[in-house]
Parts: sequence; C-alpha cells; structure tokens
Amino acid sequence: MSGNANPSTTPVKSTGLHIGEPAPGVAKKDPILVADGIVRQFGGLTAVNVDHVEIPRNAITALIGPNGAGKTTFFNLLTGFDQPNEGTWSFNGKSLNGVPSFKVARMGLIRTFQLTKALGLLTVMDNMKLGNTGQRGEKLLSSLIPALWKKQDSEIEVKAMELLKRFKLDAKHEDFAASLSGGQRKLLEMARALMTDPTLVMLDEPMAGVNPALTQSLLDHILDLKTQGMTVLFVEHDMHMVRHIADWVIVMAEGKVVAEGAPDEVMKNPAVIDAYLGSHQDVDLGAVTGRISLPESK
Amino acid sequence: MDILGILNSTAGFVLAPVTIAYALAALGLAVHFGFAGLLNMGMAGFMALGAYGYAMGILSFGLPWYLAALVGLGAAVVFALILGIPTLRLRGDYLAIVTIAAAEILRLLFLTKTFDEYTGSADGLFGYNGEFQEANPIADGTYGFPPFEDTAATWWVRIVGLLILAIATFAVWRLVNSPWGRVLKGIREDEDAIRSLGKNVFTYKMQALIIGGVLGAMGGLVLAMSSNVNQGQYVTSLTFFIWTALLLGGAATVFGPLVGSLIFWVLQAFLGLLFPAMAEAGLLLGLTSIQAAQIKYIIVGVALVLIVVFRPQGIFGNKKELTFVR
Repeated sequence: MSGNANPSTTPVKSTGLHIGEPAPGVAKKDPILVADGIVRQFGGLTAVNVDHVEIPRNAITALIGPNGAGKTTFFNLLTGFDQPNEGTWSFNGKSLNGVPSFKVARMGLIRTFQLTKALGLLTVMDNMKLGNTGQRGEKLLSSLIPALWKKQDSEIEVKAMELLKRFKLDAKHEDFAASLSGGQRKLLEMARALMTDPTLVMLDEPMAGVNPALTQSLLDHILDLKTQGMTVLFVEHDMHMVRHIADWVIVMAEGKVVAEGAPDEVMKNPAVIDAYLGSHQDVDLGAVTGRISLPESK
Repeated sequence: MDILGILNSTAGFVLAPVTIAYALAALGLAVHFGFAGLLNMGMAGFMALGAYGYAMGILSFGLPWYLAALVGLGAAVVFALILGIPTLRLRGDYLAIVTIAAAEILRLLFLTKTFDEYTGSADGLFGYNGEFQEANPIADGTYGFPPFEDTAATWWVRIVGLLILAIATFAVWRLVNSPWGRVLKGIREDEDAIRSLGKNVFTYKMQALIIGGVLGAMGGLVLAMSSNVNQGQYVTSLTFFIWTALLLGGAATVFGPLVGSLIFWVLQAFLGLLFPAMAEAGLLLGLTSIQAAQIKYIIVGVALVLIVVFRPQGIFGNKKELTFVR
C-alpha cells in the first residue's frame, strides 16, 4: 500500500478500552459484543476456536491474521450466517445463539461481504432503499396500496441521497449497480449497510481492490462512523490502514485469537510478527500458536 | 391451400380462453422466475390444481361454481406451501428438480384409477360447467364478427378470463413496483445481501411462490371453464410451453408474459394449420399432413433456444435487466 493513503485528518484514537494487561481475551470496559468458547469445525478442520473475545463499544477494532486464520468464518458465526458447533455470544447483552442472520441484522449488527454483494440489476438508489428497515411497503398487502408507503419511500429516498452524496455516488443513483467499478461497489455496499442505522458495523476487507484515492475516502468514512457513535469491526490486510484508524487490534491465527492490543503495541508483539507480519516466513504457523513445538535451532 | 381460411382460424386464437390461460400462467412464472429468481419447472401442476379443484369442487362437493374456483386457488396455495417449506431453504436448482417431480406426481395422482370416483382418471372430468353457464348474462346466440365470432358461452368464458387476467396483471404490476417487489428483485440478485439487511428472505420467497402458483391455478381455472379437465393437458411440456411464452415476452416484465402468450398461441395455431395444409398441397417433400402437424413443436424448441441465446431479456425486457445466464 502506498504511503499517500492516510486519512485526511489525524484520527483521534480511543484509548483505555481494556481492563488489565492486553492479552488474548482481555476484558473491555464497555464491550458491545462478547463471544465465549466459539468452535466451528468443517469436518476434521477446526476453522474457528475462540475462547473469549470482547469487542469494545464506540471504537474501531481491526481483526487481522493470515489467510485461513478463520476471520471471515468468525464474521459469519457472529452475524448468524453460520452456526458454531459450540459456544455462546451476545450483542448488547442479548444472546445471539441460534438467532437467524436477518434478525441479527435487525438488532443493529450489520455486516458487509469480502466478495462485494452489490445487487447488480437493481439501480444504485434501489440498492440503497433496500437497506432501510421497517418499511411499510415491504409488507405484501400494504405494498398493493401505494398511499400507505409513498410518503415513507420518498423520505427514504432523501436519506439515501444524502448518504450517496457522502460516498460520492449521487451522480450514479439511476445506474444499475452492475455498471459500477469494484471500488464503487464497495462504497455502495458500505453506504447500503449504513441505511439500516446500525450500531455495530462489521466490514470484511473493505479496502481489498480499492485504489489509494478511494482508500483515503473510505478511511474517512470509517472514522466518521465512530464519531457518529457507531462501533466498527473490520477485517483487513492493509497494515497501514490498521495502524492508522484502528483503536484496538485482534490478531487471529489458525482459528485462535493469538494477540490483542492497541495497534502499535500489537505490531511489536513477536507472536504477531511471526504469525502474520512476517520475519520468520520459514517457521510453521503451528509453532507460533503453540500447537507444535519446534526443536531449538542452532 | 386456403391461406385465408388459415389466417381466419389463427386470428380466432388472439382472444381464445387458452391464450388467456397461458397468459395467466406465464404471469405467475414471471413472478417466480423473473422477479424472485425461483426456477419453477412445475407450473403445469399448479394449473392442474386450479382446473381439478374447480371441477371436483362442483362435481364431488356440489359447491357453487365461484366457491369451487376458490377451492382450486386454495389448493395451489397448499401445494406451494408443501413444496416451499422443504425446498426454499436450498439453492434454486433444487426447487427446479422438486417442482418438476411434484407436478408429475400430481398428474399421476389425477390419472390413477384409485381415485376414479373423484378425478375421472384417464377420462378426466366434464359436464361441470352448467351452473357457470347459467350465470351467463349474455343471451344465447352467436356474437361478434368473423374471425371473432363465437357463441354466448365462449364469450362468457372469455369475459371472465379477461377480467381475471386484468385484475391479476394490475395486482402483479402494483406488487413488483412496490418496496415489496424491490426486496423480491434483491433476492433474485443475492439472497445473502438481502439477509444481511434484515429481511426475512424465506417469507418473501414463499409469498412469491404462492402468488405465482395461484396465478398458474387461475390459468388452469380458465382452461377448465372453456372445456373439460383431463390430466393429459397438464403434462411437463405444458410447463415448457409456458416458459417459452414467458421468455418470448420477457421474464422480468409484467406485460411481457401476456404478449408472449399471445404471440406463442397465434404462431403455434398458424403453423399448426399451415404445415398440414402445405403437406396436403405436396409442398413438404412427401410428408403426410399428420407428420407435418408435428413440425410446429420443432419450431417451438428451436425458437426457445434462439430466444435464450440471442434475446434473453425477451421482447419487452431491458437487456440490462435480466441476463439469462449468470
């Protein structure tokens, strides 16, 4: 990633989020999401095995880790798109065990996807309008009577247009989403997620495939979410971005949380350097997570 | 060769009850496939339920004709629920396999001797339209001008059929242009994205399956009102004919299915008369007229292939709106 992708202003980091020493599973002062003993196995493969993790409220938390660390699977489990073999997890104090994904979304926990899911053959505006919750016109019988939903629909349109302006997509509102570029689709997906008025936004690799100029505005948008009182959890491989905007970093490897802490400290952590950032590329990941012990090297 | 006679008979199909029936079923399929992305390959089954429900309601249960019609539509709702509960959670292709099988199971249940008392098995059901025709406000006689000259009985079926079609088309048009329709189109594009926005995808798909199924049953109802009911009408090829009509007009449109059915029937009637006449005149390399009558089905197959390859959006569809191959 090039160095010119800094956010336009220096972000104000939230500090003092945790209680006690930063370590995997450390307690937070005000956690919004708490997961306990989450295990997800695919046949013989244990993709996720998280003992305990807490996500701090009104902060930007980055989830990093090597490919195959189980980050996206963990995302899927937290948002109800997949169910774990074991474990409990709660959002805002409400248990999410067995809650289907659409109900999780209605509670205010909204996610985006690693492979962008723009609804290609709908216009950008229709994509946005779909995000709004509690629409009267989405009920079968009332949809037949436009008088019942026309007013609400035009209010939604105003709200959508404001968001599109913020994301610089307002000129495209009549185009099919399929005609947008990859980066614009990422923006659209994020804007659509914001239409739901979420409390926790989970972004799966928001920067993947986005050019530096767009990255900059995306970073600003993410920082903006925090100032508006939302909580952000994102998966990202771009360390530059993580260091700049994240208040807290959680590192996963082989399905486990191996380190936690403020970005600068975490990136000095030898386990993280070994597992992810690189320096001992020839070392087996298992040696880092403690799954196997290597003979002493000479 | 009597070209004028052929054209005259063909024109009669423009407003034939069978055209109206196809239009209704194709409209149902548009809701299923064009808007919700549900690959329903069992439309013939929904139509059969509409027709048999109506006929059996009158003959076996002695209901008045309008209540019997509701029995047919209600049967389609039940059928959609039975089909949808296990299959709508799965990927689209499974629904296609299950619906094609379910429609055949239904047809074979109507064929079996076991329920002969109710279904008439291979003979089908007839002689149930008396009360419906008694309600006919038009005095006996023939009305209209050639080629649209018909008896009062046919006009009555036609008027009722067109009324049903008009109401159904208006309702579907309202539905797909509402926020409800927006969610449905979103589901067609990507279910998971819609789920992540807090919509109950299963409920929407079930509603679409029921609405489209009831429209198919209305098609069967109109067919039953115009003639007798026989399981031989509700074979799998009926489903494919309706798919052809739908794709011809445009799957993701409201008026496409109507125009598609019209073109399909007019063309099919025209070719069905033209080829035998040509064979009799010795213009078809010595084919008998019976052989020549089958050529139209070959043409239907070739036409379906050509539409899907070269104009997947149909006559009315926007090229960008629906690409058949994704």
